Amino acid sequence: MAFIDYYKILEVDKKATEAEIKKAYRKLARKYHPDLNPNDKEAEKKFKEINEANEVLSHVENRKKYDDYGENWQHAEEFEKSKQQRQYHGNGQQGGFGGGGDFSDFFESMFGGPTSGGGGRGSAQFKGQDFNAELHLELKEVYTTHKRTLTINGKNIRITIPAGVENGQQIKISGMGGEVSGGGPKGNLYITFTVENHTKFKRDKNNLYATVNLDLYTALLGGEITSDTFDGKVKLTVKPGTQNGTKVKLKEKGFPIYKKEGEFGDLYLTYQIQIPINLSEKEKELFTELATLRTS
Amino acid sequence: MENLIPIPVLCDYYEVELSFFTNLSDMGLLEIKTIETSQYIDSDAVYEIEKMIRMHQELEVNIEGIDVVFNLLQKIDALQNELTTLKNRLRLYES
Repeated sequence: MAFIDYYKILEVDKKATEAEIKKAYRKLARKYHPDLNPNDKEAEKKFKEINEANEVLSHVENRKKYDDYGENWQHAEEFEKSKQQRQYHGNGQQGGFGGGGDFSDFFESMFGGPTSGGGGRGSAQFKGQDFNAELHLELKEVYTTHKRTLTINGKNIRITIPAGVENGQQIKISGMGGEVSGGGPKGNLYITFTVENHTKFKRDKNNLYATVNLDLYTALLGGEITSDTFDGKVKLTVKPGTQNGTKVKLKEKGFPIYKKEGEFGDLYLTYQIQIPINLSEKEKELFTELATLRTS
Repeated sequence: MENLIPIPVLCDYYEVELSFFTNLSDMGLLEIKTIETSQYIDSDAVYEIEKMIRMHQELEVNIEGIDVVFNLLQKIDALQNELTTLKNRLRLYES
């Protein structure tokens, strides 16, 4: 367990006055408060650190203990024993912002728990805590609407994942968050989807894109080919004289449109013409003849 | 009615004056519903209200400041959504 330099965290000198500590704390709290930095894990971590630092440095007893034992915090237990023999006068300091409840092992070991109550962020919570969850899905899985059971805080929650969910999309499930005593509404559950794509199709919202190899002769003379779509195969007619890089649009063969059942985006195929290699003597001869015909 | 919370209940709970809610409403940050003579807010708005109360009580931000912060947070949210869309689109050009 590493020693934590609370003065460094609050960016104050070891001789800082109460007022200077309070000022430094408020300045940093405004900068890193989770309400001002939504979905920022680093800011959340930093906010917890500064709260912990404030918890120690803004309380006379805590600060004295920290200053006396600091890096030798393992000896703090002896301090505790001697403290119990003295009369405790209280500290009369301000509490702070609650801090989010998570204190470091170092803090817990030295101080046991938060002096000002700790607990959840904020002064009061009428509504239950919101839960956040991240769900990793394959692109194939979000092609169809399906149900999934999630375990959130030990509770199984069955949710419906609508087809067409996008990577990074967040959905809110009302009332599936934490409960509170006192009859306030339950919190919500926020699920963020990470959609991984291991298919040959690239996705842009509802449209899909893919490259199709086309042999030289079909490109030159035209013909029929069979190509993959996301959910099967399709026959395509290739026009004679098709150029490399030609794009064809297959209407409604793309990805399902989120919450619009039966509606799909489009599939765009790009032809990539395959030039024959390792030509036989006969082929070389015929291609040379063709080339001569073209240039004569 | 079941999704509406009487404002006096929230005032008691959060230890804020009724004027805090009316000021938020005047600023367009909160919708107050009046049924007969009682004022309510929708329970879905509680999450945002708690954020505003924390800003007010913990960070000492006044109502005008809360309005500015919320406008900026909305812009950040819109930019983050745009960034996600652009990242997804960028995948098209990555091998």
